[in-house]
Amino acid sequence: MAEVMLPMKMEMANAPSKFKSPDLLHVLAVDDSHVDRKFIERLLKVSSCKVTVVDSATRALQYLGLDVNEKPVGVKDLKVNLIMTDYSMPGMTGYELLKKIKESSAFRDVPVVVMSSENILPRIDRCLEEGAEDFLLKPVKLSDVRRIRDSLMKAEDLSFTKSVNKRELETENVYSLDSTVPSQQLKRTKI
Amino acid sequence: MQRQVALIKKSLFDQGYLDEQFMELEELQDDANPNFVEEVATLYFKDSIRLINSIDQALERGSFDFNRLDNYMHQFKGSSTSIGASKVKTECTMFREYCRVGNAEGCLRIFQQVKKEHATLRKKLEHYFQLARQAGPKETARRSK
Repeated sequence: MAEVMLPMKMEMANAPSKFKSPDLLHVLAVDDSHVDRKFIERLLKVSSCKVTVVDSATRALQYLGLDVNEKPVGVKDLKVNLIMTDYSMPGMTGYELLKKIKESSAFRDVPVVVMSSENILPRIDRCLEEGAEDFLLKPVKLSDVRRIRDSLMKAEDLSFTKSVNKRELETENVYSLDSTVPSQQLKRTKI
Repeated sequence: MQRQVALIKKSLFDQGYLDEQFMELEELQDDANPNFVEEVATLYFKDSIRLINSIDQALERGSFDFNRLDNYMHQFKGSSTSIGASKVKTECTMFREYCRVGNAEGCLRIFQQVKKEHATLRKKLEHYFQLARQAGPKETARRSK
């Protein structure tokens, strides 16, 4: 199956407003259920997001460099645009993870979406009060993911159009990124 | 062959074994990922069998730790919901209700139903996927951008 690189490149050149930054949204998904991890990963990939999936809140903190050791390694380079976490998980819950993220200086501005199979109002309130961007009822729908992605892209767009110089730099990065990570870009065009 | 596959799928929906969530999963399949639904189903059955064994063991011990049982069933119900296993989901809900009110006899009875529905679905889906694979990619890969 031939994967065409050209359309992606052309889109970036002709319509820079559509794919503003060289990296599409990077989403960190956290869920202890194997089935749900596979599902959310697919939803996000189909929505043109880069996905990292972990099976626990502890691993999420490790990935973000926010674990007990507080190792700053990797945090500087790590760009996460959105965190989606299940609420009910053994050990640390999604709610506790949300709190830890909002307490961190590095990631407090990253939107966190909480997912749950249970429609419990006090739970939803608690999460929103703690700063969750949204609360989704499982099973998550593709339309939910797209809606969140679109509003995040819009937010990124606003900050993007403010800095013209940055855009020029990033356009250059696109082409260098293309050559270094061609397979990732190619995969996206298939959708 | 493909018509046969379509008919089997239709009956699974008509008889209530599967709900719209299964269709949502199918929507996520494309040429690059033509076996996505089957992969999810495989994961589901691997997970759910493990949970069934855990619950079986807990019930056999005679220890009715309803919190623990409910915990297992919460996971079971969750993944059943994610795959669109409608009848299994219904039985899981009832089991959780019996846990909530601490009805041991009810739990035992309903758990037999859970296992029965689970086994039935597994057989039917295995048959469906087998036929779908034989029929070729046209029937299973549905997603069009």
